[in-house]
Amino acid sequence: MRYEAPDSLEGAVALLAGATGEARVLAGGTDLLVQMRADILDPDLIVDIKKIPETRSITEEKGGWRIGAAVTGAELKEHPRLKKAWPGVIEAANLIGSTQVQGRATMGGNLCNGSPAADSVPALIAAGAVATLAGPNGKRDLPVEDVMLGPRKLALRKGEIVASFFLPPRSPRSSDAYLRFIPRTEMDIAVVGAGVSLTVDGAGVVTAARVSLGAVAARVLLVPEAAQAIIGSRLDKPAQDRLEAAAQAACRPIDDKRGTVEFRIQVAGVLARRAALIALDRARES
Amino acid sequence: MAETNGSPNGTNGQHAVGTRTVRPDGMDKVTGRARFGADYNLPGQLIGRVLRSPHPHARIVAIDASRAEALPGVKAVVTRDDFPDQPSEFIPAGEMMMNYKDVVRNVMAREKALYEGHAVAAVAATTTAIARKALRLIDVKYEVLPHVIDVVQAMAPDAPLLHDDLFTVGMEPKPEKPSNIAKRVEIKVGDVEAGFARADIIVEREFKTAPVHQGYIEPHAALATVAEDGTTEVWTTTQGHFIVRAHCARLLGLDIGKVRVTATEIGGGFGGKTVVYLEPLAIALSKKAKRPVKMVMSREEVFKASGPTSGATVRVKMGATKDGKFVAGFAELKYQAGAFQGSPVQPGTMCAYAPYDIDNVHVIGYDVVSNRPKVAAYRAPGAPISEYAVESVVDEIAKKLGIDPIQLRMMNAAREGTKAAYGPKFGPIGLEETLNSIKKTEHWNTPLRKWQGRGVASGFWFNIGGETCVALTVNEDGTVSLMAGTPDIGGLRASLAAVAADELGVPYDKVRPIIGDTGSLGFNFLTGGSRSAFSGSMAIVEAAKNIKADLIARACKLWEAKPDQVEWKDGAVRPLGALAEKVKPMTVADFAKVAGKTGGPIAGLGRINAQGAGPSFGTHLVDLEVDPETGRVTILRYTVAQDAGKALHPAYVEGQYQGGAVQGIGWALNEEYVYGDDGKLQNAGFLDYRMPVASDVPMIDTVLVEVANPRHPYGVRGVGETPIVPPLGAIANAMENATGIRFTELPMSPPKVLKALKDKGLNKV
Amino acid sequence: MAKHHVEAIVNGDPVEFLCETEETLLDVLRDTLNLTGSKEGCASGDCGACSVMLDGRLVCSCLVLGAEVGGRKIDTIEGMATGETLHPLQQQFLEHAALQCGICTPGFLVAAKALLERNSNPTETEVRYWLAGNLCRCTGYDKIVTAVMDTAAAMRKG
Repeated sequence: MRYEAPDSLEGAVALLAGATGEARVLAGGTDLLVQMRADILDPDLIVDIKKIPETRSITEEKGGWRIGAAVTGAELKEHPRLKKAWPGVIEAANLIGSTQVQGRATMGGNLCNGSPAADSVPALIAAGAVATLAGPNGKRDLPVEDVMLGPRKLALRKGEIVASFFLPPRSPRSSDAYLRFIPRTEMDIAVVGAGVSLTVDGAGVVTAARVSLGAVAARVLLVPEAAQAIIGSRLDKPAQDRLEAAAQAACRPIDDKRGTVEFRIQVAGVLARRAALIALDRARES
Repeated sequence: MAETNGSPNGTNGQHAVGTRTVRPDGMDKVTGRARFGADYNLPGQLIGRVLRSPHPHARIVAIDASRAEALPGVKAVVTRDDFPDQPSEFIPAGEMMMNYKDVVRNVMAREKALYEGHAVAAVAATTTAIARKALRLIDVKYEVLPHVIDVVQAMAPDAPLLHDDLFTVGMEPKPEKPSNIAKRVEIKVGDVEAGFARADIIVEREFKTAPVHQGYIEPHAALATVAEDGTTEVWTTTQGHFIVRAHCARLLGLDIGKVRVTATEIGGGFGGKTVVYLEPLAIALSKKAKRPVKMVMSREEVFKASGPTSGATVRVKMGATKDGKFVAGFAELKYQAGAFQGSPVQPGTMCAYAPYDIDNVHVIGYDVVSNRPKVAAYRAPGAPISEYAVESVVDEIAKKLGIDPIQLRMMNAAREGTKAAYGPKFGPIGLEETLNSIKKTEHWNTPLRKWQGRGVASGFWFNIGGETCVALTVNEDGTVSLMAGTPDIGGLRASLAAVAADELGVPYDKVRPIIGDTGSLGFNFLTGGSRSAFSGSMAIVEAAKNIKADLIARACKLWEAKPDQVEWKDGAVRPLGALAEKVKPMTVADFAKVAGKTGGPIAGLGRINAQGAGPSFGTHLVDLEVDPETGRVTILRYTVAQDAGKALHPAYVEGQYQGGAVQGIGWALNEEYVYGDDGKLQNAGFLDYRMPVASDVPMIDTVLVEVANPRHPYGVRGVGETPIVPPLGAIANAMENATGIRFTELPMSPPKVLKALKDKGLNKV
Repeated sequence: MAKHHVEAIVNGDPVEFLCETEETLLDVLRDTLNLTGSKEGCASGDCGACSVMLDGRLVCSCLVLGAEVGGRKIDTIEGMATGETLHPLQQQFLEHAALQCGICTPGFLVAAKALLERNSNPTETEVRYWLAGNLCRCTGYDKIVTAVMDTAAAMRKG
């Protein structure tokens, strides 16, 4: 098994594009190493992207934020201005695993692991985040909701990697929130996740919203009907009920060791509502 | 607090017993120096790995290991052919029984693989990578058979049969056909039908519990080396190295005296490390390879191939008069044994009604095999399941009769003189004291809000004694070496050192306790049954008695006195009467200086088969809150009251109460083995086998009740197991109090709770 | 492929070792450098028994490749005491009986030290959540949390 740690995106892309056997990108390694140890994966080549400056930095760009794909959850948390602009994204990334895992886990890895239960992904999708991919033909941007196609299936072409995420500029009175349901208080994979990003006007009416749900379908869902259900409202009780119903209607979950179909559908509605209310509070205060 | 019976520590009158000393092995454990199972290595060692069955039930048609054996770096492969078959013979394993015919088959599958993860072959190679590769080269031809996982399904007449020679024992008339029901057990006192006829109220419920794993953080690990003449050394993480020695000698046809087993530090056991898994394989591999072999299980292997405890189906029917007197108790218990017979249904049967004084009791238990890993002991094996069911019904009776649940338990509580349904008459016991202690807590009297609930439940465990051997040696400078033969799993050394210090009148920090290997002491039964501090301290008193008798004899010689002119008192041999004018008292340290001149080394052996283990009762109180929209349960507050008899080391006794309570919280709320329709375990890891983490639980308050056990020199009772008995019932009762719903299935995980709330239209804030 | 040659600083000392790609930092610490204080409870980042500091950041050493740590600074339980003086957390764990079997103890100590370096006055809730990645099956966490809180209080007093 070969290990390479190139210091440029071009170098990483060349290694991956030229690989003959199975090649894997190593960011935080909190999924990759576990899968290797469990004999689920046995790659011929591992490309560690943490020595590439672009994957490791947080920068302001055009009024928004660019976050390297290999920035860790702990580093995100320690960035006060980013946290103020996108509290939901940061809290979602910080829910991935323990303190120890936070020291390693990245949003790039969380997305590319290809799990519908990934915590940071619904928050990124609700935020309208765009993934910047680097590949043999240069860079291209793809909305985060279009990166994952299904469990362990990504829209990446051979040799392509997720280099960074771009979080768009925030209008005034905007905020976001992410909630997940797990049986314990920590250390579990989301049974349901809900990310909501919204903007309110001076009168407290929701003028824009995005709602995303995790672990309720084969991929993380962007649910425009749920957003429509609250746009134009003050998130009063009827709007909350509409949101809950729209979120539940979008779910196409499975029964598994972590939860039942019935449970996931019901809790998806509850979490979408609760996350929206938190985002609303934050937006009013921002 | 009970009085300390021991002699004062030295002449300043201080005791070590009953104080919160720093454990003697603590320094090694906070610095990373302590060596646990996987921390031992030998020069030239090989790495052993196990090939495990991917099928829950399959006939093993053929095993071809030739390609693995040919792989460079592979030094040995063993299969069923390397372990001679064993006749059917039952032997005690902790508090349970096992049969060598089954042990040899569990260690290495023989005719059939009986569960996913069942060992089929093992290899030893120069590196882990080569060993892993070798496993892939072993060709096992399976004939896959239909499997059965659930206990009730396994009892059905048309269920797939695991063993075609298994005929139910305890059934009249004797069955003519084999089945998966290994055994029917029964206890019966009085006349339950007459009791129910007298009852004003009868409550009957059926309960279901999931199998749960002990969840020790340290995986099984063993290192073995076998010389050409068969001399064998083993280092292993175990609750009983003498038991490991016995099993390995038996399975491999070795003389017991040729096998020396050293217990490493042990990273948790809870009953799960009372049996052998890796040790016989490592020995067999080492014997073939002529090199040391080290084997360590992965976490997945621990879940799939070491024993959890039973899941069960339990039916309980209780009758009471309208003023709250229990008049009849019936229960039927069906316990999963895993792939081989030997579930803890017998103790489950005996414990079910043990906390109560009831004239008419009838409990029937079934021991049922299915295609799961063979169960192992788990902290009060069998008791949490049956007592959970009874405590739930007791709570329901209290509610229906409008009697305070503590009051109802008090009215029916077993006390000194009560004849337990399982046989004996209780001596002094502390159930009432624990109930009273709980009632007096501030916790019991604090108000609750909506969606919060409070639950109480009591619990019982027998505790055991057994064969124990310890040695005390007085060193040249007056310090004391203490050797025990039961692994220290949670502070044993501290408790034993305190007893030795007080008995010999030396300071606590002058006693150095170690755990001796199997060649250093007489046979010791294992650390289990809450016996190690109870029996070990009795043996130390015995060893110290021998030393004191010797010192008195030496004093008589030195002082030219008669035995009636001297006595042992307050840590010294003291002259009496006129002699006191002539000579000064001599302490252990004084004798140490003149040991050579007075007869040589000073040492004492304590050899006992400890009797008189006192049962320990406990009562737990829990507050919780339910999120009606998600079914999530949060434990808000928790108090444990339990009778320790005498707490040798109060902090480690509290630790037992707290740890047991939190294991019980896990059992009640989230822990379970999840199987797919394919008979494979789906959650063989700490990610999805959800043991409580630090943020899941509150502080666990403790009340140390001390009703001295008259049959122990210090009044000690075992304390380790009882704490896991009450939580299941207490939490179920609190759930009922919070929601009005009686949950009868464990774990009470969010999907189940939410569904129950939804069915009642309660799933809204 | 030949093994990787790695140079790093472990507990302040320069070390150099060879490792295969698939070997984790935990494998290297335990099997190559003979630092067996870090324990393997799961090899999947779910138990925290292998906790170490990597360039001042708390991580599970089972989730780091040995090949990744070239030029980096690693601190393990073996480096926690200074000479003959225990770290205050080690001392408090002993005095509070915050360990029973002791297998999880090194991981808890390393993780708790990382917490107190960032937050000298944590609440009980903060302690519990910070340590949620460290499993203990013996103690029920009570005495561990108390030991950490008491250490923090004592260290604040100086």
